[in-house]
Amino acid sequence: MWSRLVSLGLRAPVGGRQGFTSKVDPQGSSRITAQVIEHLERLALVDFGSREAVARLEKAIAFADRLRAVDTDGVEPMESVLEDRCLYLRSDNVVEGNCADELLQNSHRVVEEYFVAPPGNISLPKLDEQEPFPHS
Amino acid sequence: QSGSSLRIVSAALKQGQITPTELCQKCLSLIKKTKFLNAYITVSEEVALKQAEESEKRYKNGQSLGDLDGIPVAVKDNFSTSGIETTCASNMLKGYIPPYNATVVQKLLDQGALLMGKTNLDEFAMGSGSTDGVFGPVKNPWSYSKQYREKRKQNPHSKNEDSDWLITGGSSGGSAAAVSAFTCYAALGSDTGGSTRNPAAHCGLVGFKPSYGLVSRHGLIPLVNSMDVPGILTRCVDDAAIVLGALAGPDPKDSTTVHDPINKPFMLPSLADVSKLCIGIPKEYLVPELSSEVQSLWSKAADLFESEGAKVLEVSLPHTSYSIVCYHVLCTSEVASNMARFDGLQYGHRCDIDVSTEAMYAATRREGFNDVVRGRILSGNFFLLKENYENYFVKAQKVRRLIANDFVNAFNSGVDVLLTPTTLSEAVPYLEFIKEDNRTRSAQDDIFTQAVNMAGLPAVSIPVALSNQGLPIGLQFIGRAFCDQQLLTVAKWFEKQVQFPGIQLQELTDDCSAVLENEKLASVSLKQ
Repeated sequence: MWSRLVSLGLRAPVGGRQGFTSKVDPQGSSRITAQVIEHLERLALVDFGSREAVARLEKAIAFADRLRAVDTDGVEPMESVLEDRCLYLRSDNVVEGNCADELLQNSHRVVEEYFVAPPGNISLPKLDEQEPFPHS
Repeated sequence: QSGSSLRIVSAALKQGQITPTELCQKCLSLIKKTKFLNAYITVSEEVALKQAEESEKRYKNGQSLGDLDGIPVAVKDNFSTSGIETTCASNMLKGYIPPYNATVVQKLLDQGALLMGKTNLDEFAMGSGSTDGVFGPVKNPWSYSKQYREKRKQNPHSKNEDSDWLITGGSSGGSAAAVSAFTCYAALGSDTGGSTRNPAAHCGLVGFKPSYGLVSRHGLIPLVNSMDVPGILTRCVDDAAIVLGALAGPDPKDSTTVHDPINKPFMLPSLADVSKLCIGIPKEYLVPELSSEVQSLWSKAADLFESEGAKVLEVSLPHTSYSIVCYHVLCTSEVASNMARFDGLQYGHRCDIDVSTEAMYAATRREGFNDVVRGRILSGNFFLLKENYENYFVKAQKVRRLIANDFVNAFNSGVDVLLTPTTLSEAVPYLEFIKEDNRTRSAQDDIFTQAVNMAGLPAVSIPVALSNQGLPIGLQFIGRAFCDQQLLTVAKWFEKQVQFPGIQLQELTDDCSAVLENEKLASVSLKQ
């Protein structure tokens, strides 16, 4: 049953990440271009790592596309099943905290009471500057 | 007959027939004997023994805290436990020691329960087999049961005894195996799409999913904030009610818990008759993939209610076929958001790269997450892209409303409780399960369970009978929102009718499990 989800004609050609441009889906919906891959990897800060992973995403999208068949005219999106209740708010009093030591213990790199991070504002190298799929 | 229950052993503790320390030792011993099941990631032996000691003092002074005092319990490893490693079966959290207890854990401890350990799961609770965690898969105790083994000997194809072991289902498989193998009396699982009910069905247990908002999620490492709930696994319905009584209630630390007054404690009445009850059978749940055995049991169960005077109606949940797709989109989207907190900076795994924060985050996450988790993060991020947001995420939210409305309409037509299968079939062998990937399996296995999470309703899986292969099959009851007590009352009646046979773990039977299984606890334990 699930074999129907294997995207038709969206298989990536061999050799290098640039080769991930897929043919246009006949429904004109999702296409996994190299740009989309790069974009997702930056947003998620998780890499695909292999062609299989891209294929899995394509299957996931094709699966999700089945929602198009549902008529949702006039239907409001549902954010929470508790939408018709008032949110309970606590009084704005500090009742706990002061546990800096405990929290710092879980970090790999601390200096005094600081978590240490590498320098920021340096973007990841662009796709063509990277090696293709170190883990495939 | 169905193994020693919490209620029975609690009475034994109160009467001094057994001490908390003895009980704790027996369970610890069973944990060691059943290590091959891989149900536990961490066994908190010292903690449990210390708690047992304190419980013993309380019993001596006649100051027991209640039904849970001195009772061994286990907790799924995605609940934060202060001072005890909490890993979510992921490299990302290996070695992570939370500085606080999840509210539900704290509540159990406040009632005097003994924490035996943290149980195994699919990584970050993503999966339906408990096969995809970094500590390896969990084995279903029924693989080693007399009932299953005897059937297999009749099968000329049965090979090497252990290569054909069965999965527990998931993602709370470790908790299910722990309870099923008598290493504890109750275990906490989590339920986002069926993760408590699915392994309950495969392991012959009661798997209860409370209404969303009834039980606090504070400290439960979140998967899908709008659907997650803590789940309860026990060997009988009364036991689940006892645990629920301890856990239910508002929590100022979880703003999604409701503050309505709830009937506490959850004392379940014994239904004298079901003639005032109306049972709904959703017709769309009769899918071609449903095994004939499960279908037959489902049908027999409906007949049973009818023959005992209940009204049994066919109802329609028209959007059922879109439910799993909708769940897939919403789940991956929320996961993408929730997993963003794992960056290696304040807790959890951190890689060695120090070039930039982005490079560090990316490498940390590549090293810390398995393929399943990464796949869901990427899918979720795709659905949340600006150009996709309306067509996928918001669309799914709209479909969610339609699904929730389907249930409302069914209940409004006079139905009190819905009766459905829990799983498509009995537990399958691991080697067969892994032939399909995690997402495919989850989509198949969650089919009867995930719509309940989208609607936030209470549901419970009850073990009904053994299959032709000697394996448990469960059926699911679904109730109205916040009518958890009524749901469990109906489930309890049904449990009594079906008299599900307990697991016979002959290989493990020795003085330990014999004591635990025997209702006459007093006479046997005193002979030791």
